[in-house]
Amino acid sequence: MKPAPFAYHRPRTGDEVDECLAEHGSEAKVLAGGQSLVPLLNMRLATPSHLIDINRLEGEPGEPAVREAVVAFGPLVRHGSVERSAEVATRLPLLVEAIEYVGHPAIRSRGTVVGSIAHADPSAELPAVLNVLEGEASVRSRRGRRSVKAVDFLVGPFRTVLDEDEWVDEVRFPIPARPHGTAFEEFARRSGDYALCGVACVAERADDGRVEASLSYLGMGPVPVRLVMPTLGPDEMADGALAEALEDATRSRLEPIDDLHASGEYRMWLAKRLGLRAARRAAASIPALHR
Amino acid sequence: MTTRMFGQPIPRVEDPRLLTGRGRYTDDFEHGAAQAAFVRSDFAHARIRGIDVSAASALPGVLGVFTHADLEGDFGEPLPLLIPNDGLTAPRTQRALALDEVCYAGETVAMVVARDRYVAEDAASMVMVDYEPLPVVADLAAAAAAGAPPAHLDMRDNVAGRVSEEKGDVDAAMAAAHHVFEWRFRIERSASMPLEGRAVVAKYDEAEDRLLLYDATQAPTGVRAGLAALFGMDPDRVHVVAPDIGGGFGVKVVQFYPEEVLIPWASRRLGVPVKWTEDRREHFIGSTQERGQIHEVSVGVDDAGRILALETRFLHDAGAYCPYGLIIAINTAAQLPGPYRLDNYRYEFTAVYTNTVPTSPYRGAGRPHGVFVMERVIERVSRALGLDSIELRRRNFIQPSEFPHDVGVTYQDGGPTVYDSGDYPRGLDVLLEALDLDRARKEQAELRAEGRTVGIGMACYVEGTGIGPYEGAAVSILPDGAVAVATGLSTQGQGHETMLAQIAADELGAPLESIHVVAGDTRRIGYGVGTFASRSAVVAGNAVLLASREVARQARDVASRILEVAPDDLVLEDGAVHVAGAPDRAIGLAELALLSNPLRYAFDKRAEAAARLAQRAYASSDRPLPEGTKPGLSATEYYSPTSGVFAFGMHAAVVEVDPDTFDLKIRRYVLVHDCGKIINPTIVRGQIEGGVAQGVGGAFYERIDYDENGQIQNANFMDFLMPYATEVPSIEIHHTETPSPNNPLGVKGVGEAGVIPVAAVIANALEDALGRPVDEMPVSPLRLFEMSRG
Amino acid sequence: MDVAADDRVQIRLTVNGRQREAEVQPRWLLSDVLRHDLGLTGTHVGCEHGVCGCCTILLDGSPARSCLMLAVQADGAEVRTIEGLAGPDGTLHPLQEAFRRHHGLQCGFCTPGFLMAALPIYRGAAGMSDEELRKALGGQLCRCTGYAGILAAVRAAAAIEDER
Repeated sequence: MKPAPFAYHRPRTGDEVDECLAEHGSEAKVLAGGQSLVPLLNMRLATPSHLIDINRLEGEPGEPAVREAVVAFGPLVRHGSVERSAEVATRLPLLVEAIEYVGHPAIRSRGTVVGSIAHADPSAELPAVLNVLEGEASVRSRRGRRSVKAVDFLVGPFRTVLDEDEWVDEVRFPIPARPHGTAFEEFARRSGDYALCGVACVAERADDGRVEASLSYLGMGPVPVRLVMPTLGPDEMADGALAEALEDATRSRLEPIDDLHASGEYRMWLAKRLGLRAARRAAASIPALHR
Repeated sequence: MTTRMFGQPIPRVEDPRLLTGRGRYTDDFEHGAAQAAFVRSDFAHARIRGIDVSAASALPGVLGVFTHADLEGDFGEPLPLLIPNDGLTAPRTQRALALDEVCYAGETVAMVVARDRYVAEDAASMVMVDYEPLPVVADLAAAAAAGAPPAHLDMRDNVAGRVSEEKGDVDAAMAAAHHVFEWRFRIERSASMPLEGRAVVAKYDEAEDRLLLYDATQAPTGVRAGLAALFGMDPDRVHVVAPDIGGGFGVKVVQFYPEEVLIPWASRRLGVPVKWTEDRREHFIGSTQERGQIHEVSVGVDDAGRILALETRFLHDAGAYCPYGLIIAINTAAQLPGPYRLDNYRYEFTAVYTNTVPTSPYRGAGRPHGVFVMERVIERVSRALGLDSIELRRRNFIQPSEFPHDVGVTYQDGGPTVYDSGDYPRGLDVLLEALDLDRARKEQAELRAEGRTVGIGMACYVEGTGIGPYEGAAVSILPDGAVAVATGLSTQGQGHETMLAQIAADELGAPLESIHVVAGDTRRIGYGVGTFASRSAVVAGNAVLLASREVARQARDVASRILEVAPDDLVLEDGAVHVAGAPDRAIGLAELALLSNPLRYAFDKRAEAAARLAQRAYASSDRPLPEGTKPGLSATEYYSPTSGVFAFGMHAAVVEVDPDTFDLKIRRYVLVHDCGKIINPTIVRGQIEGGVAQGVGGAFYERIDYDENGQIQNANFMDFLMPYATEVPSIEIHHTETPSPNNPLGVKGVGEAGVIPVAAVIANALEDALGRPVDEMPVSPLRLFEMSRG
Repeated sequence: MDVAADDRVQIRLTVNGRQREAEVQPRWLLSDVLRHDLGLTGTHVGCEHGVCGCCTILLDGSPARSCLMLAVQADGAEVRTIEGLAGPDGTLHPLQEAFRRHHGLQCGFCTPGFLMAALPIYRGAAGMSDEELRKALGGQLCRCTGYAGILAAVRAAAAIEDER
């Protein structure tokens, strides 16, 4: 399985990428980690006439930038560097937890966080994490820059709002301001496979001490779906109130498909079970109140 | 060094080269060769109205684009029907390139040869085929039903063949039985899916009219014989070399695949070496699979659970063609009874065409289907009668005193199915002790009290191994002391080079390091059969034994003349022949090999001794080469077994179903196996571990998914799920050794042992866990979820 | 750098410590160039979509699927393949020795990929639980061994190294 022919470009600066996309955008694909794109090229499911390899962009950080309220990723930050980042593990452990489900070590050493967002696979982990944290993508082209919220950025399976001449040069995952806990759960047939269903959860402690949980599901529709649970007390988190709320929310908002590996009904079951686990675990990991 | 090699866990001689990247697999040869790609049918059933190759042919770098119209004479005829059978009423095999009808998505329609694979694929995508789609039947039951669309236009139904046999009087026994049960079982197997796909490299030398093939095949001698016939060439000018092969498991034994004919054809036609290396997508649609059967079973038992009669009527999915005949179904039928005495047994199977990839054996080769049926019957009868299924097994076992045991039906080699030896009660004892069933049940009860879903299941099987017609071995001792051994079957990772060297080492008293085994090169030995059906150790092993013995006899003979003692007073040990009891009166094997060839002309210093030997002989009015002898120490011998030999085993598993995900966890997997005498325990263990892993894959992960249009929905490794290390349990292996009385080494085969009962074990364990019958395999979390819903 | 589809470009890379050069078309995969242009056939190709791991090499020290890289991307990179694992005098690397002792290979097709994938983790393997080690070696398929010999080998490699 060999790719169809393409012209190859290796820009050294962001401006050169802009130029290249301006000229060839309608027939071009951007190559970063390649772990999702190259299989498509090899299977000739994607046959761009131009490939824009951004792996040699000068001055691009290889590490995540952990700032006050956000963890930011340039286009060349690989999954592996997130795995190894003690800072991210401290400030935004949800990212580290989710990334461990992304493929396997050899995939994570090459695949990029930005690339995963731009690829917009409905069964991928990171778009759901971006979604639950209400993050955003920085989009640029020769025409200028814009910031797009996660919920607007991903529009369908493998589809984003990017115009033909646009690319993503940063993705930002906000760190929740309030005391919070996080959890990521997924079920895949084999270790490292795309999930049949997965969920990223942030549980925040409201001012009155009760818990506000948000869950973003992957594999349950064309794009990640974010559900916000009603505020619940700790007891309610443990008992039927959470389960009921989850039942209502999943039933009304999730549209899982039937495919080879799972039926929509089975996915809905998984969504409830994994959602319960994630919400409870996230709530349990909210730092205790200091007296 | 007098340690016997037989039975030792010798580290493999294959490993050093494979570990350092110096293995030579078919694609590693001939980097400069032209490369082929194929146009394969997009439709599962269609008429070809026309093929336009003009655009493809014009692409720079393309050497030729070929269709059926280019194939002269027999090259255009259907490929061989490998295993004939009277029951095959409508045999069908495909042509190397389709003529006017394609019957499965993946069938070869055109061949492109180009300067490299990239260009070849470009050109292949430019070939325009005008298809007229025809009705498709992809499902086994649908294809067997009355009025089903025919998978082949020239047939009115989809029956490839039917076979039926009966032992005893099933109807009478059923009528007299206390209980008669009827059940339906369905089992899908998947495909061999070795990590190296198929590959062929052909070099036709026009000046010498010679054809050399490197071919990742399990049967190089068969490919060679067939190509020689097809090309109208003297077989001595056609050679097939099976080099290192990255796994076979059955898929690489079919002869011929279209590519095995077309690549040498292209080399001769174009006058250049040509190579074809299958890619993974091609493998899914162009290499055979094993797939499924549907069984309708009736069983009559008495109150004590003794099986009085059993009948199965089953459908077998042949796929679109049947190059391998009816072997899978025959194996199912012959091996279904397993270790149980069935005095009254009847089977009838119908092999059915579907518009899907043709089927042929995959490790287990129909036995897993039979074991699944038999062991599910055992469990269901037990539950129906309220009996302990282990007790039921004991009551129905063939006893150790009852061998040889004639199952009463025809075996896959055409002879009767007669078990040579076995001790099933003892095997069961060993298994139960290893499992510690009482403790396992106690643990199960404790876990269940916590609300967990845990089950224990087991299954027994008998595995026919070691069938003929024969294998050969050519053994020679070279003047430098090296021992060259060649056998006609090829090797795909089973450690043949080591195993066969161990046998030769013992017979020749030669150090293992001096023995070099070549398998699967027809230049070294032209007669052979192939690697399949767990036969290599038995048939090639005994051939090496016979050939080594003959060489040892020759060595004693030559030494006796030189040392002037009787041959019976000589022993072979430590790389030399010496007088028994007088180890200093010895001749090394290297020297002996030299002296076995009396010379006039000494071609080097060492050879002078051979020249002197010849002169001395004449000086004593003797002849240097006694009548009936020949120069050198070498022999080619063949072992032809009188029948198959029957290994057996029993597996048990403790499983748990996750309440949230319905994922399956195998908490413990314990087994006992018996393959008679063991040549290399490490290699045997590896075969079983690999087999069980494939069994687990086949029970819970792997399934070839066809839609109703005959399209495979999961023709890639992301959606066809082979287990990683994270999906395979640790396995506890125990063994018993019940030698075969039927061959000099006392060995039985073990290649398929690990995989055969796994689906049955898992199904039985799941029934125990869930409290409901599991009569279809494979299962999946989705399936378990659906079962839990009612 | 801009290369037309049917042009070739010269790449220079270090393979197993040696400077190597090749003239490649943009779409040629690294796995193919290693095997056919550089003659390093020890790296094997099982699927060309990144799932089986047979093609795993080390790229700038990290494991990577060579079937998911274009050769042109390896320009200027440091690549380590199976051929560079044993010592210059042929002494097997402790991992290779461990595979040999523990029957970690049968047909050998997945073996180079496994060895390269195990290279970054074998030192810590003895301290991992069975589950952890299986996960660490996830993403590498073997069809022959059932993984038992492979796991035993990776676990034993560090001790073999320490013995030396």
